[in-house]
Amino acid sequence: MANAHKKYAKPVYLVDGSRTPFLKARGKPGPFKHADLGINAARSVLLRMPFAANEIDEVIFGSTMPGPDEANIARIVALRLGCGDQVPAYTVHRNCASGMQALDNAAMSIVSGRSDLVLAGGIEAMSQAPLLLHPKMVAWLAQWWGAKSIGQRLKVLSGFKPRLLTPVIALLKGLTDPVVGLNMGQTAEQIAWRFGITRAQMDQFALESHQKLHQAQQQNELSEVIPIYDAQGNVYDLDDGVRIDSTLEKLGRLRPAFDKPYGLVTPGNSAQITDGAAALVLASEAAVKKHDLPVLARLVSTEWAALDPAEMGLGPAHAIAPLLKSQRLQVGDIDYWEINEAFAAQVLAVLAALDDKEYCQQHLGLKSAVGGIPLERLNIHGGGVSLGHPVGASGARIVLHLAKVLQQKNASKGIASLCIGGGQGGAMLIERSVA
Amino acid sequence: MNANSADKAAPEKSSPKQSTRKGSAKTPDWHRQIDDEGILWLILDQQNTSTNVLSVTVLEQLDSLLDDVAQNLPKALVFRSGKAKGFIAGADVNEFLQVTNTQEALIMIKRGQTLFSRIAALPCPTVAMIEGFCMGGGTELALACDYRVALDDNGTRIGLPEVKLGIHPAYGGLVRATSMINPLKSLELMLTGRALSARAAQAIGLVDAAQPERQMERAVRQIALTRPPQQQMPLFGKLLSLPGIRSLLAEYMKKQVAKKAARQHYPAPYAILDVWANYYGNPARMMEEEANSVARLIQGDKVRNLVRVFFLQTRLKSLGDKKAFVPQHVHVIGAGTMGGDIAAWCALRGFTVTLQDREAKFLTNAFKRAHQLFAKRLKTTHERNAAVDRLIPDIDGAGVEKADVIIEAIFEDVDAKHAIYRDVEARMKPDAVLATNTSSIPLETLTTVLKQPERLVGIHFFNPVAMMPLVEVVVSKTTSAKTLQQATAFTQHIGKLPLPVKSSPGFLVNRILMPYLVEAFTLYAEGIAPEAIDKAATDFGMPMGPVELADTVGLDICLSVAQNLSAAYGIEVPAGINRFVEKKHLGKKSGRGFYQYQKGKPVKDKDVDLGDQRMIQNRLVMRFVNEAADCLQEGIVEDRDLLDAGIIFGTGFAPFRGGPMNYSLDQGVESMVALMTEYETRFGERFKPSAGWSLLDAKEPV
Repeated sequence: MANAHKKYAKPVYLVDGSRTPFLKARGKPGPFKHADLGINAARSVLLRMPFAANEIDEVIFGSTMPGPDEANIARIVALRLGCGDQVPAYTVHRNCASGMQALDNAAMSIVSGRSDLVLAGGIEAMSQAPLLLHPKMVAWLAQWWGAKSIGQRLKVLSGFKPRLLTPVIALLKGLTDPVVGLNMGQTAEQIAWRFGITRAQMDQFALESHQKLHQAQQQNELSEVIPIYDAQGNVYDLDDGVRIDSTLEKLGRLRPAFDKPYGLVTPGNSAQITDGAAALVLASEAAVKKHDLPVLARLVSTEWAALDPAEMGLGPAHAIAPLLKSQRLQVGDIDYWEINEAFAAQVLAVLAALDDKEYCQQHLGLKSAVGGIPLERLNIHGGGVSLGHPVGASGARIVLHLAKVLQQKNASKGIASLCIGGGQGGAMLIERSVA
Repeated sequence: MNANSADKAAPEKSSPKQSTRKGSAKTPDWHRQIDDEGILWLILDQQNTSTNVLSVTVLEQLDSLLDDVAQNLPKALVFRSGKAKGFIAGADVNEFLQVTNTQEALIMIKRGQTLFSRIAALPCPTVAMIEGFCMGGGTELALACDYRVALDDNGTRIGLPEVKLGIHPAYGGLVRATSMINPLKSLELMLTGRALSARAAQAIGLVDAAQPERQMERAVRQIALTRPPQQQMPLFGKLLSLPGIRSLLAEYMKKQVAKKAARQHYPAPYAILDVWANYYGNPARMMEEEANSVARLIQGDKVRNLVRVFFLQTRLKSLGDKKAFVPQHVHVIGAGTMGGDIAAWCALRGFTVTLQDREAKFLTNAFKRAHQLFAKRLKTTHERNAAVDRLIPDIDGAGVEKADVIIEAIFEDVDAKHAIYRDVEARMKPDAVLATNTSSIPLETLTTVLKQPERLVGIHFFNPVAMMPLVEVVVSKTTSAKTLQQATAFTQHIGKLPLPVKSSPGFLVNRILMPYLVEAFTLYAEGIAPEAIDKAATDFGMPMGPVELADTVGLDICLSVAQNLSAAYGIEVPAGINRFVEKKHLGKKSGRGFYQYQKGKPVKDKDVDLGDQRMIQNRLVMRFVNEAADCLQEGIVEDRDLLDAGIIFGTGFAPFRGGPMNYSLDQGVESMVALMTEYETRFGERFKPSAGWSLLDAKEPV
């Protein structure tokens, strides 16, 4: 490790944030496109800010699959928000951690002195993922457009086969690792097998995720969620993937979705396919003073790590361990944790790995185990299994919510972490002064 | 850089003013410039005005310029405006009012026709370069050219709106429009008086090309120099113009027109169809009949009154200084029908709008209606997106601190409004306007909780917000002049007509409507059929009868407004109306009121006993105008013109009658008072002539 004390070299403040409800994909394109979600989240937080949209220095969003008409989605959001022509914007892509990557970029921009006020976050409308033409169909179309005479056309026509029309589902492609040939569910099966996570443990974890989310909704503990309205005037004001009626028995009846028929990972103990966006305002010390901004938390340090893509789910362990080490912290120093629930099995495997001396020695370069993260301090208001994992948005969501939790509980330190498709992990330490 | 032929012929030129140095001359209003390529530019830049109109002197100058053109024929002739905005706004309406008899009218029309025919007959190609407003005579001039090129931007509107003043195109426009454009389209253009965007004009063949600013000059030059084929009537249009088909189509279109405007009140659209049906195919004769037709229409009061309405509208548009107050953000509290529609309207007009109500679910209907409004009014996806983006749900009311205008539009409850004002006043920007949309609570009652009562003003919208052009700007005893100015300017910014009124129960519009509606209820209680009552009103020229109007507004709302006003003005509300409300027969919205409703349309019995129509009409109109006279007496509005303006744009009062005061003067105040005195003895004290009539003995010109 080049720098044993890797912190952002200047204070980076998280001022405030909003997010849309996370809306479960229902088998067809949902009511909101990527940009609509991003704008809803961002305009809500900006409304609370004392500065105008055009006073922002930079807009950065993470998003992994914006629509074909939404290239550089961050710029679209910035313009449609009314930031004016002169606020630069860019989009970042680090798969499942794109939203956290946007925050890291924003923080580095503030540290470097380039920016004082950054709007950053994550956006994903997974239900909008397109169906693509099969490459063979594209090749056939090219021949057709190239054919000039009737004879040529007839010849091309004779080469047409109905199976050319079979679409390629972009979402499935996006959720499959092209290097090791496993889909994300299979990587979860892999690490569940490695750490001996049982189906019962996974289902129990999933059930609790729903229960925690439901309780948080009942008690209005998700204050960052704002209502959004579609063109028909329907209001969406809750994460609608929550299953109040879920039971272990019902979860137990679901069939494995990835390693059929013997696997353990089911739709019930996996993150849901959802649409959502989160937008945060980050500020330098100067900006906080200039605009007299409230401060929710401070971003302290971010750690990125990489590992075998087939075990991408263990990414958080690989990022959390060096983060704690570089900040000279123990597991017990952290008040609350948000580890994105891509799969129940995957979070349980991360906890097992961090508490496993042998794994920590062999793979994390430590002398002893990092230690056990107490479940009562982890994802206390639910996570991806209950409220969904809109890929590019989750990283921003967990950081924002962690800050809100620290505020609610008047606690000081929190770590947000995610596993990243392709074999990476990211973890961010945030801190607030205790009143 | 492109190197096409047009570029070579005309090296980079930023504007024709630079490019046409070679040989220039001018008359007071026209600039005459010949450029390197031999194109003659006639640039209209009328003196002492920001808008070009075709006045007699402008036309005379053009006439003499054309003498010269005929002698030294240029390679091409281009008409263009020298104004920053707008091509030609039409004929000079003031001159037009001076015309008193048919003979004078004919002389004036023929002069214009002859001039435009000279342009049409020029052997060199002629092009009209249309940037911004192009109306009436301006469009007729363009139609006389061989080609028309229009600037494709939001400011360009092209139309033949003469029908709105009770006439129709007379400088050959009717003849030329119907000879080159599908008659369904050209007639519609003239019958509705609607203005088209450049693209819409291109789609119907009214212009040859709609181009962005960067291509305008190149397009004009290329067309002028290459002479592409001119606009031709499409085959289907030729078919529709065949003699037998033509008269059938004209009859059909008259029936359509009759649904909107009765011939006895609005003869102009019928005259358009008659000229076309009878004389199409013989341009010389049609030209003559076009002139005769307008000369006939110009006689009588209707045109004068419609022109009066036009001037009244211009006066309302001139109130308030738009530059002195340029708000960006509007915060609306209360997402009911009114609040929601006000918010949507402001977002449509380009404002950032935050919409607040107590819970997220109370905003759903507002968003649904807003999306419908945007879908209807905005053509492109990016414009609709932008409007949706500007309309922000705001349950916590964070927008209060950012807004330049705050409009409270909650239910009529003094305590609830007071609570809102206390919160808002503490948080709003120091120079923001606080407005209420109340229709029944005196502003003086509302200001009691304010530390700075001078900041509260009424901005009273009418339902449906998107359709009603008028907004009452209500001033209390404490409202400051600055606040009034700001509220008026804001009203202009959102494209509504502001009518400053004094804060008194019902303000102007509702107050005057109420006795009229109550009289209709009384007539109903006397056993007269709703159909008979409504017919008397629509025959007078009202856009909708009072019974149907009450049903449309909602009988519950009518009842509550009537009760509200009854205390102040001693209006007796007939008991029968209560029973409708008790039975939940609330009118159109509940499917049943005085009428039954099927698919939102009242089912009317065609065979009812019409009763004494004259008596019914007199009773309705007398109550209406008598209350108007009361308002004048009490100074609810500044003068009688504003009163007429408010009534016409607020209630739709028969525009061709020029407003209730104008109508009374036309009838003669003495005979009106005599009739009211007679009705007072016959029907009761409510017909007692207002003291306000004494203010109306002299009729000064508008």
